[in-house]
Amino acid sequence: MDKNSLLINLEDICFAYPGRAPSLDKLNLQFHQGDRMGLIGPNGSGKTTLLHIIMGLIKPSSGRIEIFGGHVEQEKDFRMVRQKIGFLFQDADDQLFSPTVLEDVTFGPLNLGKSQDEAKAIARRTLESLGLAGFEDRITYKLSGGEKRLVSLATVMAMEPEVLLLDEPSTGLDETTEKRLVEILKSVDFSYILVSHNIDLLIETTDYIGYMISGDISVDDDSIPHTHRHMHKHGKYAHKHDLSLPDKKS
Amino acid sequence: MIDEHFAIGDSFVHRLDPRVKIVVVFLFSVVVAVSTRFVVLLSALALGVCVTWLASLPTKELLRRLVPINIFIIFLWFFLPFTVEGKPYFSVGPLVGTHEGVLYAAQITIKSNAIVAVLIALVSSTSILTLGHAMHELRAPKKIVHLFFFTYRYIHVIHREYSRLVNAMKIRGFRPRTNMHTYKTFAYLVGMILVKSCDRAQRVHNAMLCRGFRGKLYSLSEFSLRTTDVISLILMLVVILGLGILEWTKIACS
Repeated sequence: MDKNSLLINLEDICFAYPGRAPSLDKLNLQFHQGDRMGLIGPNGSGKTTLLHIIMGLIKPSSGRIEIFGGHVEQEKDFRMVRQKIGFLFQDADDQLFSPTVLEDVTFGPLNLGKSQDEAKAIARRTLESLGLAGFEDRITYKLSGGEKRLVSLATVMAMEPEVLLLDEPSTGLDETTEKRLVEILKSVDFSYILVSHNIDLLIETTDYIGYMISGDISVDDDSIPHTHRHMHKHGKYAHKHDLSLPDKKS
Repeated sequence: MIDEHFAIGDSFVHRLDPRVKIVVVFLFSVVVAVSTRFVVLLSALALGVCVTWLASLPTKELLRRLVPINIFIIFLWFFLPFTVEGKPYFSVGPLVGTHEGVLYAAQITIKSNAIVAVLIALVSSTSILTLGHAMHELRAPKKIVHLFFFTYRYIHVIHREYSRLVNAMKIRGFRPRTNMHTYKTFAYLVGMILVKSCDRAQRVHNAMLCRGFRGKLYSLSEFSLRTTDVISLILMLVVILGLGILEWTKIACS
């Protein structure tokens, strides 16, 4: 697949939860190979709903979905989609259902028809690439919040997807783990859509940011360089200030 | 939530192949449960004591685990002697206890304690994970094995959700009393946990679908039978068979 080929194409997607105002209203989205897209928007603006529709977990009431150039509609169409698009859930406890880390990470590859040995090798490699070597036999429910999130990411990445959908990956993470996540996202070679309320995370890890408003996405690409000052208490909490000014727009 | 401290240990019983343990516990329980002769039941109890001794479990904790079953049995002792028909044996006021009733209660007491002792010694000396995998290896129905794993995995999550709700109630000054408000609050609590668990199940299922789940779970563990496992299995099978023969042939034991 050549660079910039259209991976996900949504046309006029509408969706409403019963008894509520439509959360997606004639939504259009074109997502290309190599895109790193951020998605921000108020609570309940339909960000998670959108990701679920792409994965085929919920069906839109109207509209057309094309993924990897093909029209997808039925459950069996989405099975193919799920092999190529990895989805990181908001709550890691939803994602990690196996008793041990190794079993959870091998679950995806085994479903893709890999042999036990291949699956184990992939799992070990993925864990190692995320700095989680030695976690294989840990019990999933005993992991810390940050570890759970990173292991969840490993379970998704072990399927070697072409696209990642990340739903609020930084929620509940401390600064160190968030930094690790940013480093990982910057280093991987995936196209991804990242949903977050954390504007700093989005700016650091994505090329452009879409804003969900009244059931549609608007992309405002202009970045306006500015500095701002603020005062705060220092305390013992170590932190750094970057005092360099951003480049002026030429 | 689930403490598995009996599973930590390095006794002879701990090192046994979990499949052997499950088979032995199952056959032992069935044979003892249907036996009625005291010679069989007492031998079974003696066997139970031996096995717990072999597993070198802390006696105090072991007895603590036997308490719940025996509380239940105490109630049987209150009722069975007076409700089973037979020869009068003793009387308390207008109530007449029968010989058969007392024997029946005694049988149940010995049976349950023998079975539970063996169960504790053999099954709780195995970690829950290993048990699940062993069940899988023994070709237990897949659905049961999956239920077993999911229960183990999510009981903690559900318990945490429960604690969160209870704390949320406490910090707003809730104290259980005998009134409608309390009953209603508890009903909401239970209802909420149920709804949350259903939602959770839905989300977990979705997450599994996203990773290509098609109704098949895989097990990565492999067990291998060692000579001691085989010898123990044969030995235990012979003993259980012996108990069975003793029960069904009614060989006189003088």
